[in-house]
Amino acid sequence: MKLFTFKPGGVHPKESKLTKDKAFVRLKPPKIVVIPLSQHIGAPNTSLVKVGDHVKIGQVIGSAKAFVSAPVHSSVSGEVIAIEPRPHPLGTKVPSVVIKNDFKDEWVEDIKKISSLEEVQPKDLVGIIRDKGIVGMGGATFPTAVKLSPPKGKLIDTLIANGAECEPYLTTDYRTMLEFPDKIIDGLLIEIRITGAKHAFIAVENNKEDAAELLEKRVKTRGLKNIEVVLVKTKYPQGGEKQLIKAVLGKEVPSGKLPLEVGAVVENVGTLKAIAEAVFEGKPLIERGTTVSGTAIKNPGNYIIRIGTTVEDIIDQTGGLTKKLRKLIFGGPMMGLAQSTVEVPAIKGTSGILFFGEEALDMAPQDESPCIRCSRCVDFCPMGLMPVLIDHASRRNDLKLAESLNATDCIECGVCSYVCPAKRHLTENIRKAKQKILKQRKIEAAKQAAFEKLKALREKQAKEAQEKLKKEVK
Amino acid sequence: MDKNMVDLVVTSSPHIRDKVKTSGIMMDVLIALIPATIAGLWFFGAKHTLGVIVISILSAIAAEYLSCWMFRRKPSLSDLSAVVTGLLLALTLPPSSPYWMVVVGAFAAIIVGKEIFGGIGSNPFNPALVGRAVLMISWPTYMTTWVKPFTKSVFPSTAAVTTATPLNIIKLKGYSALLANFGGSVNLYKSLFFGNVGGCIGETSALLLLIGGLYLIIRKVIDWRIPTFYIATVFVLSPLFHRDPVFSILAGGLFLGAFFMATDYSSSPITSKGRIWYAISLGFLTVILRQFGASPEGVMYSILIVDCFVPFFDKMIPRAYGHFVKKEVKA
Ligand code: SF4
Ligand code: SF4
Repeated sequence: MKLFTFKPGGVHPKESKLTKDKAFVRLKPPKIVVIPLSQHIGAPNTSLVKVGDHVKIGQVIGSAKAFVSAPVHSSVSGEVIAIEPRPHPLGTKVPSVVIKNDFKDEWVEDIKKISSLEEVQPKDLVGIIRDKGIVGMGGATFPTAVKLSPPKGKLIDTLIANGAECEPYLTTDYRTMLEFPDKIIDGLLIEIRITGAKHAFIAVENNKEDAAELLEKRVKTRGLKNIEVVLVKTKYPQGGEKQLIKAVLGKEVPSGKLPLEVGAVVENVGTLKAIAEAVFEGKPLIERGTTVSGTAIKNPGNYIIRIGTTVEDIIDQTGGLTKKLRKLIFGGPMMGLAQSTVEVPAIKGTSGILFFGEEALDMAPQDESPCIRCSRCVDFCPMGLMPVLIDHASRRNDLKLAESLNATDCIECGVCSYVCPAKRHLTENIRKAKQKILKQRKIEAAKQAAFEKLKALREKQAKEAQEKLKKEVK
Repeated sequence: MDKNMVDLVVTSSPHIRDKVKTSGIMMDVLIALIPATIAGLWFFGAKHTLGVIVISILSAIAAEYLSCWMFRRKPSLSDLSAVVTGLLLALTLPPSSPYWMVVVGAFAAIIVGKEIFGGIGSNPFNPALVGRAVLMISWPTYMTTWVKPFTKSVFPSTAAVTTATPLNIIKLKGYSALLANFGGSVNLYKSLFFGNVGGCIGETSALLLLIGGLYLIIRKVIDWRIPTFYIATVFVLSPLFHRDPVFSILAGGLFLGAFFMATDYSSSPITSKGRIWYAISLGFLTVILRQFGASPEGVMYSILIVDCFVPFFDKMIPRAYGHFVKKEVKA
């Protein structure tokens, strides 16, 4: 197998993959699920059910008309007991459907299964992926159907299955590759059928060589010539979309553009499995595999969890905590989001849930000391940015300067903060600047659009007036 | 679930940090300076030299303490940078420096060289070199009196124990006189390499400085580009002035300057490309100053002068991912 990597930058934090050898275990569904109506990037869904309604597993309970959106489905059968804002892993309260489980596990009846890909048109396959609510499960939660519908004139010629899983602690993708290699390959075949891509890669970090070997064996036995398994060096953030494209294809996605620009689509292996299940089993995204790990949880492991299961339930179901919980992280330790309550539910994008006690405070010291200009942040930034300078600009709120230093290219990987000996909050400040710039751009664009509209209107009026004048003169 | 078991703190990602701390980096620099320091004590006798080193470090600490209080800053002694500055200053002083002068130098280094600019990370010049420059201007005689290694007393009471540095001899009498003095070029190289020559406490042995420098490069504390390009430039340019290139890189403060002074974080550029040009400029200026300057050595002034242009070198920003130079953009 070939070995690739990206350059420059990147780090190799302690892997801490405590749950590497733990096979997936399906957790018992909880008494109550809290299903946020928005679990994706894009337009929020509106509820299709009312309090008191009886719902079945797989029933669509929220959807939106907008193109960039993904419907949500009920993950249990039972009664809707509330529709109200509830804590969401993103840190805000989001309208959520609260369902009381009747433990009858009744599924919706009209499940359509596809048996052969040749029977269906690519367009219809995209439709299935959309209807089943599939989103990027590596954490980005971008609606998959949208990703697979390039605008006219753009071709997708390469697919990359992302099995890098470079975040410490997380082993969800690793276990998925070991336990469901054929579903991942099926998912790729579906995407190949949809996009007409000529070549597909499955990229796996070389600390998971066994998974790569297994996948390669399956690809060989199935006689698939257009799928190639490749190794990428164990280095964070190797699984970042842009880094993976650079590593495997040697190309860079132009600033501000999507991978589509270089003809590529990167898809997390878990998403591919979900796509295969959606198409061949008619199964919507109602559950997912997730790593439960950290030092404060009694039984770390990889669990298959119904969407909407709260952390509270997960703690109880897996055997409880070992010590006082001081930090709860959704996602990996480099990019994950710290949670303020155990009432948050696991959602489609939850690739891992990490539990830490008091030691979490030492793992990420918050006290800053002055920058010593050591340039570590510059040397290790995987996007080739100047974190220290963007940080300075952000602190002075000099958005122009931050923009000229390409702050908007930051992928918020956390590497700069990780390596800084002065423990500066670089990523945090750069993220702030980036968000402000993007907001400003939006406002500017809106202003520009309004201005154009006004101009067009004025011109029209002027023309009309002139014509009127001409007529009168005649 | 027991709610008392939950007391969550929310911080921004990343939730793990590398173990490297500012004080750890400074510690590495101190470790790297140990061989050269011991050599200084060995060649010039521990009796007075040790005093110079200890007093320099203690004065630097005192100055740091004083300025933290004066400028109402958070105490910063724990980052060890004052210790590094104190030790570096001592290593650039003649072994016979009077103690009072060392105290003045250390205070100048910390207060004028660092604290008035805002403390660690904000100083445009290398603090130790600022301290040394102040002494050089104020007491040039003390700063250019050199003793022969292995002399009983460092106090040059008789002319017999004083000597001139090799660069000095060249300046005054020419290279052949120097060779005659050492008995051939091989002997000269040997003396310079192992440090058996007159000079500042820490600058004489190229070998030991090299060991310390390599340690810092391996530990990724300093960027190899600065010493490499600095020394290489001196090596390449020296023959233009009819100077022996090997001698030119081994003599004087070049190794100490290239590995330990020019690599000072706050007064050197932050990008790789900037560092290369910074180092080349240093080499160029050092050769020029050695040839045409009033004093035989040019390392200190080169570094102080080129430090002024660091904001310019900092503009040499690397190409960011997804941004292409014009040629690369497809039509
Ligand atoms: S968070 Fe942004 S600036 Fe920092 S290393 Fe990652 S990409 Fe670079
Ligand atoms: S890593 Fe930290 S201390 Fe070093 S240059 Fe960047 S911000 Fe400054």
